[in-house]
Amino acid sequence: MRTILFREALREAMSEEMRKDEKVFLMGEEVAEYNGAYKVSQGMLAEFGPKRVIDTPIAELGFTAIAVGAAQNGLRPIVEYMTWNFAVLALDQILNTASKMLAMSGGQVGCPIVFRGANGSAGQLGAQHSTAFESLYANIPGLKVISVSNPYDAKGLLKSAIIDNDPVVFMESEVMYGEKGEVPEETYYIPIGKADIKRPGKDVTIVSFNKMMKVALGAAEELAKEGIEAEVIDLRTIRPLDWYTILESVKKTNRLVIVEEQWPFASVSSEITYRIQKEGFDYLDAPIRRITSADAPMHYAPNLVAAYLPDVPRTVKLVKEVMYLKK
Amino acid sequence: MCTFLFPIFAAQNFRQVPTKFSKETYLYWYELMQLIRQFELKAEEKYKMAGKIRGFFHAYVGQEALAAGCMTATRQEDPFITAYRDHGWALAKGVTPNACMAELYGKATGAAKGKGGSMHFFGVKEYFFGGHGIVGAQIGTGAGLAFAEQYKGTDNVVLCFFGDGAARQGILHETFNMAMLWKLPVVFICENNNYAMGTSVERTSNVVDIYKLADAYEMPADMVDGMDPETVHDAVARAVKRAREKGGPTLLEMKTYRYKGHSISDPQKYRRKEELDEYKTKDPITFVTKAILDNKFATQEELDAIDARINEVVEESVRFAEESPWPDDSELLKDVYADENYQFIVD
Repeated sequence: MRTILFREALREAMSEEMRKDEKVFLMGEEVAEYNGAYKVSQGMLAEFGPKRVIDTPIAELGFTAIAVGAAQNGLRPIVEYMTWNFAVLALDQILNTASKMLAMSGGQVGCPIVFRGANGSAGQLGAQHSTAFESLYANIPGLKVISVSNPYDAKGLLKSAIIDNDPVVFMESEVMYGEKGEVPEETYYIPIGKADIKRPGKDVTIVSFNKMMKVALGAAEELAKEGIEAEVIDLRTIRPLDWYTILESVKKTNRLVIVEEQWPFASVSSEITYRIQKEGFDYLDAPIRRITSADAPMHYAPNLVAAYLPDVPRTVKLVKEVMYLKK
Repeated sequence: MCTFLFPIFAAQNFRQVPTKFSKETYLYWYELMQLIRQFELKAEEKYKMAGKIRGFFHAYVGQEALAAGCMTATRQEDPFITAYRDHGWALAKGVTPNACMAELYGKATGAAKGKGGSMHFFGVKEYFFGGHGIVGAQIGTGAGLAFAEQYKGTDNVVLCFFGDGAARQGILHETFNMAMLWKLPVVFICENNNYAMGTSVERTSNVVDIYKLADAYEMPADMVDGMDPETVHDAVARAVKRAREKGGPTLLEMKTYRYKGHSISDPQKYRRKEELDEYKTKDPITFVTKAILDNKFATQEELDAIDARINEVVEESVRFAEESPWPDDSELLKDVYADENYQFIVD
């Protein structure tokens, strides 16, 4: 199978859907003439023209509002944020208008729209460019939330998001845009709301998503050297949460560790933990454990960045704890 | 002796009206304004006296000339969007009084199936895109409706309403900037009733003439007497023509006045009773009645007959609302997602 870059997979998803449906367009800062701040939309202006690939001023609230209004009036916008940290300025439109429109209007006005961009930390970017927002958006009824870890999932899920009739929050990562992965030539869609077992195992279940999948898979690799077979599940969709796949895995392994970049309070791991203790209490042989980001803004210094984020050694240590293994 | 806050009123106050507008236009204005006024007064009665209506309730009484003038200056396919003072606009666009009253009652037959309430009337088949509750948010969303009209290649024009309070939100500036940059077919109409809840315009900004906010974006703008349907119609017709001909947006500041408080629970201690009484001498329904009689478009008896019919329509809307069922409990998780198979968390 051919391999392409993460950013190319995203671009293929958007371009294929735009070729199919005139109502789909892309809007955001630097998406057109600059070819994308992270080159995701490179070449799209040339193919689709300025009517459908639209540079905006730096006005997240305003251009999000215009896209949301356009979605209410028959179009299918894709809104790119340079990072989800900037999209906080547009939260009013995402939370108060896009997510609630169908309910408030008694089913008359929907909002088929994709909000996408880079999420979470990306090196020493300091406190204001480093927040992971999955749990915040997943708290909001009316939205679907996707967070991807590789080019194949990115393409298949972005295509599903674009044709979905509900507002979808789609989270990527600056540090993954340049990574390569296998993506078939032929067209495909990945259904929203389905987790994926990225590595099968029988001793412990590790759940993660987005770039923390690297930590989860890295830990599984280390554990394998010691004869421990971890099953690694990539959530891919955060809302709706595919807890059935986690539960089925826990029925086999009896142990669950969650690795995520969220802050700990009311995080994705909090929700998973509630669900699995309720649905799978009798299958658990140890308390469910997690590693999140530290309960603080991310600082600049490299050692503090390392201390802030989940990593492989701490994940390995935690897995051994839930397996009651010494050292 | 009357001293008007807005000098524009005093100058034109109750001029003799030989009018360029037709009998049909005037009688339509009269009917629409009376319908809105009687509907609002009846709904307020049902709120206060009968406890049948709950939640926030923002009456349109006093501002009816805006609805009248905007309707005759546009066509049905021109989408309207507004904030939470939305009853008058829904009625004007043709959402039925039955559906509107039932929505206030929270009934399944309401304009939003009893899910919206007073602030969230919707009538998409009437091109009414709702009642929005976050001050100023619909300025941007309304420009988005216009973006879609332009994208689809129609010549429809969006009328986007907001209050003087919303004029101080940041989204106004972001939206004005892009609406001009992209020449969106939208008319921004500030219904300046002089009070953002209890805070008067001059207490919210150094710039009290809201239409001047358009200058920063080189957007055409005008100040209009919003108590007179003729001047409203003329100003909106000019702006709509410009937008239809791809000339882009306009800001119209309509000077108007709400007779009631900001909401039904507002004791209105921030304004004098005399101020309200002064404005009532400029009442748009009184003005239109006088014009109709002066021009012999109808007799007082004929107007009385219209009033009686509207009274019947409003009473019928109350009967309809009271007899309608509540939404079924199963509606709780409906209309949240378009996706009918969505798996909700239920514990």
